[in-house]
Amino acid sequence: MNVQLSSEELDNEDIDKIIEISGANLFACYQCGKCTAGCPTSEFMDIPPHEVIRLLQFGQIEEILCKNTLWICASCITCAVRCPKGVDLSKIMEALRQIFLRKNVNYVHPNEVPNEELQTLPQIALIANFRKFTH
Amino acid sequence: MKNPEHMNRIGVFVCHCGINIASIVDIEAVTKEISKYPGVEFIKDYQYMCSEPGQMIFKEACRSGQIDGIVVASCSPTLHETTFRRASIEAGMNPYRVEIANIREQCSWVHHDEEEKATEKAIDIMKSVIERSRRNESLTEVSLQTIKKVLVIGAGISGMQVALNIANSGVETFLLDRQPSIGGRMAQLSETFPTLDCSQCILTPRMVEVGQNKNITLMTYSEVEEVSGYVGNFNVKIRRKAAYVDWDKCTGCGICYQKCPKTVPSEFEQLIGKRKAIYTPFPQAVPNKVVIDNNNCLYFKTGKCRLCEKACPLGAIDFEQKERIEEIEVGAIVVATGYDLYEKEKIEEYKMGYCEDVLDGLTFERLLSSSGPTQGKLVRPSDGTVPKEIVFIQCVGSRDPDNHLPYCSRICCMYTAKHTMLYKHRVPDGQPYVFYMDIRSGGKNYEEFVQRAIEEDNVLYIRGRVARLYREDDKVVVVGADTLSGKTIVIRADMVVLAMAMRPSGGIEELSKKLKIQVDGNGFLSEAHPKLRPVETLTQGVFVAGCAQAPKDITDTVSQAGAAASKVLELLSNEKLLHDPITSWIDEELCAGCGQCVSQCSYNAIQLDEKKRKAFINEILCQGCGACIVTCPSGAAQQKNFTIKQYYSMIESLV
Amino acid sequence: MLTVSYMPGCTLKTTGRNYEDSMLKLLYKLNVKVEELKNWFCCGTTYSMASDNLMNQLAPIRTLLRAKQTGRRELLVLCSMCYNTLRRAQDLVLHDEEKRNKINEFMYLEETNFNGDEVRVIHLLNYLKEFIGFETLADGIIKKTSDLKVAPYYGCMLLRPEEISIDESSENPGIMEELFQACGIDNVYFPFKTECCGSYQTVNKKDIVISRTSKIINSAVNNKADMITTSCPLCYFNLDSSQGTLVDNVPGFKTIPVMYVSQILALFVGIEDATDYSMHSIDPRPVLKEKGLLG
Repeated sequence: MNVQLSSEELDNEDIDKIIEISGANLFACYQCGKCTAGCPTSEFMDIPPHEVIRLLQFGQIEEILCKNTLWICASCITCAVRCPKGVDLSKIMEALRQIFLRKNVNYVHPNEVPNEELQTLPQIALIANFRKFTH
Repeated sequence: MKNPEHMNRIGVFVCHCGINIASIVDIEAVTKEISKYPGVEFIKDYQYMCSEPGQMIFKEACRSGQIDGIVVASCSPTLHETTFRRASIEAGMNPYRVEIANIREQCSWVHHDEEEKATEKAIDIMKSVIERSRRNESLTEVSLQTIKKVLVIGAGISGMQVALNIANSGVETFLLDRQPSIGGRMAQLSETFPTLDCSQCILTPRMVEVGQNKNITLMTYSEVEEVSGYVGNFNVKIRRKAAYVDWDKCTGCGICYQKCPKTVPSEFEQLIGKRKAIYTPFPQAVPNKVVIDNNNCLYFKTGKCRLCEKACPLGAIDFEQKERIEEIEVGAIVVATGYDLYEKEKIEEYKMGYCEDVLDGLTFERLLSSSGPTQGKLVRPSDGTVPKEIVFIQCVGSRDPDNHLPYCSRICCMYTAKHTMLYKHRVPDGQPYVFYMDIRSGGKNYEEFVQRAIEEDNVLYIRGRVARLYREDDKVVVVGADTLSGKTIVIRADMVVLAMAMRPSGGIEELSKKLKIQVDGNGFLSEAHPKLRPVETLTQGVFVAGCAQAPKDITDTVSQAGAAASKVLELLSNEKLLHDPITSWIDEELCAGCGQCVSQCSYNAIQLDEKKRKAFINEILCQGCGACIVTCPSGAAQQKNFTIKQYYSMIESLV
Repeated sequence: MLTVSYMPGCTLKTTGRNYEDSMLKLLYKLNVKVEELKNWFCCGTTYSMASDNLMNQLAPIRTLLRAKQTGRRELLVLCSMCYNTLRRAQDLVLHDEEKRNKINEFMYLEETNFNGDEVRVIHLLNYLKEFIGFETLADGIIKKTSDLKVAPYYGCMLLRPEEISIDESSENPGIMEELFQACGIDNVYFPFKTECCGSYQTVNKKDIVISRTSKIINSAVNNKADMITTSCPLCYFNLDSSQGTLVDNVPGFKTIPVMYVSQILALFVGIEDATDYSMHSIDPRPVLKEKGLLG
C-alpha cells in the first residue's frame, strides 16, 4: 500500500499523544537500526523496531497498531540504552500499547490463562504481563 | 594622554546619493539648518560625493586649510569611510579627522514615506556626528616590527606542507613534533583513496624534501613548553626531550637496535608489530636518528646492559643526556597537531567481542602495509590464518551524541571503501561486509571509488548500525541490522575492523591554553570564522591546519595547509605590521588596578602591571572592541576617538 | 551487628522462596539482622513508562515511604523487578518536581512526604559488596572447590536503564564475577549475560521465552559453565523451567542447573539447609555433589 504523505497526515493528534506519553523525541531518530540490531525479540515481530519510529514519523499510527510488534516487546530497554540519539523506544512502545489499551480493550485476557499456569508462574510474570497487556 | 584640541572649524558635505537620499530628505533644509550649527565652517552638497568630481570637491576643502575636521553625510561608513579617509590622506589631512554621518541606511531608506521626519532625523544625525568630530584626535596607525620566522607545531602531512610552503618562500621555519620522526599519521597508512597510491611512496619524498630544506629546522622529539609575546613577536620555549643519543653523531645506521635485547610493541605499528627499546619509529624516519625509550630500556630499568653503547661505532649513545629547554623567537605559529582515534575500549557493547582480530582502522592500515608487521600479508593477528569473512563497521563513536561523539568523522566512509578493496586484492575469495548509515563520498572521484568497491569487488554494504559483538569459538559474531530489508543481520566474522571516530590528538587542550587559542565543544581548534577565516584563530599570528581544526582527508589537509602558509606569508610580507589606531587606553590616574578588564579582554591585550597596580593595554593586540570600557568601574578605560565625553556631547546634541 | 530494612516483594514468598531463604540464612551468618518492612506493597513489577500515569507509581512510593519511616537509610531488595520499579519511581520523584508534588498531594493522608532522597534502594549484590565486603565474605568460606565454573547471568532489570544499573557498566557488568572471584569460584566467558530472557512474555508467548532462554543456556553450556547463577526470580523461572521443554524438543540439548547467587554463597559458607531442591526443574545436586559442595 502506498503511504500518501501530506502536512495534514503528519500533523496528527495520535502522534502528539505518543510524544506526550513517551516523552521521546521521535524526530531525533535517524534510522540507524541499532535498536533493531540489538532487540532480543525482533525476530518475532511483524515490523522491526526502527520501522515503528519511521511509521510514526510518517504519522501512520494505525499501520503500527495492527502489527504484533508492540506486544512482542518485552521492555528490556536494550534499545534505549544503545540509541545514539537518545530516543527511548521502550517508552514509545509503552505509549503505543497505552493508546491501544485505553480504548478499553485487553490484549491478554487474564481469565484465559490456564489454571495450571496460574499455579506455577511467578507472580511477577503474571502481574507484569497484565500490567503491560490489559487496561 | 592630553585632552585633544577641540575642533571648531568643521566642513560638512551632504551627499544626495542620486535620489536615494535627496528624494526623501530635504537637502536644502538640511543645509540651511546645519550651516547655522556652531563650529560649522561651511556646508556643501553634491549629487554623488563618492564619484570622482565629488571627491575632487572633498580634497579641495581638505587642502584649503580652512578646516580641521570633515563630516560627510552619506551612506553607511562600512561603504565609503575608507574612500574619504584615503582621499583625505592624499590631500594632506589626518584621516581620523574625517567622520561619516549615515543618513541613507539609517535614515532615508528606512523612512521613505515620512519625508519631514526623515529630514529632521538627518539633521539630528549630522549634529551628533559634528559633536563627536569636535573632539577627534589625529591618529596614526600603530606599527610593529615582525620576526620573519615561523613555528609549525606538528609534523604530519599538514605541518610538513605548511613548513614547505613557507620555507620555499624564503622564510625560516621551525617544524616541531613530539615523535622522533616527522611524517605523522600519513606515514602509517598503506594506500590512499581514491587513487590507491602507496602512502609511503608519495610521502617519503616529501619527508626528505622537508629534511633537506635549508630554511626548515627540524625539532622532533620536542614539545611546546611555554608561549609568550604576540603577533609578529612570539617567544616560544621548547622542551627537547632526552633521546639519550647525541643526534649530531648518530647516522641512523641501526647497529644499536640490532643489538638491543629488549623488544616492545611498536606504537607506529599500532602495537601489532615490535620495536626495540632503542629505535626509530620506521625505516624511512626523518631525521634518521634513534632514541632510547627509558621506560623500557634495560639499563634504565636494571642498571645493566649498555649493549647499544658498546655497539655504536660513533659513540653517540649518551645515557647522561638531559632534556633541555630551547627558546626561539617567531612571528607566527601554525598548529597542525592532527588526530587520534577514539578508543575502542569506550564502546561497551562491542567489548564482549574484542580479541586480537577486532582492529581499529589504523591498525588495519598497518596490517595492509607492505612495510607493516606482516609485510602486507593479510592474516589474523590471533592465529595467522587468512580471514575469509571480514566485517567493517562505520561510524563507531561518531554521530552518536547520546553516548559518544556527535560529529561525523568525515573520512571513514572513504577509507572503509579503500579497506574493502585492498582486502579483496589480497584475499580475492574473501567476503567483505560494511555496516554503514550513510555513505558520504563527496569529493573528486570519491563516489566512483565507492561504487567500484560495491560493483567490482562485490563488497556487501549493509545499511545499519551494529548493536553488539561477541566471541564464539574462534569467530567474532557481529549482530547488526539492515534497515533497508528490516532484518537483523548476524555474521560470524573472522575479522572485524572498526572505523573509530576521529578526535583531536591528545594534549591539544593544554597546547591551546599555552597559545591562548580556543577549542570547540569537541576539542578541535576553533577557527576565526567558519567560512571566511578558516585557517586563522582569534589570536592574531596563530593559524591552524589539518585535523587539529576538524576531521579531514589528506587532500583537504594539504589544501588547508597551503592556505595557512599563505596567510602566514601575507602576515610576514610587510616589514612592519600596521594596526588600526582606534584602540583603548587606560587613564592611569583613574585606574584602580582591579584587573576586571584583563579577564574581559578576548585578545589578551591587557596586562596588569603588578608594581604600579595599573592596567596596561598593548595597542598591537587591542582590537578596539570596547569590552574593557564597559567593564571598567572607574571609567579609566577609554577608546581613542570614542571617548565617553564624545558620546555625552553626541547625546546632548540630540536631547 | 548490622540491621537493614528489607522489601521481599511477592515472588520471594512463593516461587522464589529459595532465594529469600538462602539470603536470610546467609546474612544471618554474616551477622546482619534483616528486618522485613511491616506493610510493604506490591511494587507493580514493571515500572510504568507512561508519563501521564502516576497511579502506577503510588505503590512503589508507598513502600519507599514505609522504608523512610523505619529511619534507616538502606532498603535491601533482592528481586530485580522490585529493584527496577522502586529505583525508577524514586528517580522520578527525585528529579521531577511537578510529579513529586502531585504524588505527595495525592497521598495527603500519609504522615510524611517522600522527596526521593531519603531512602537508598540497594540490591543484595551491592549490599554484600559495600556493607559486608567480598573479602570478608570470602573469609567465611569453608567449602573449597577448585573447578566449579559459573555463568553469572544479570538479565535486564538490574542494569537498564543505565541510571539505575547496579554496576558501573550496564553493558559489561562485573559485580557478580568480582564476588565469585573473591570467593574462589571461576566465572566463564558469557556473552549472553545481559540478554533478555523474554521476561513476562512467559505468560502468553512461551515461544519467545523458549527461543531466548535456549540462546542464553547454550552460550553458558558452550562456554563450559557448570551452572548459571542469577538474582532475578523471573529470569530464574524462565531459565530453569524452559529447559524441560527444550530437552523434549531439541535433540542433543544439554541442561544446566540455575541457582540464585545466595544459594551458592550459602553452600560455600557451610549452610546446607538453605535450599528446597524440589523447586528446581533442573536439579543442581548432581553438579554440587560432583564439585564437593554437597555431601
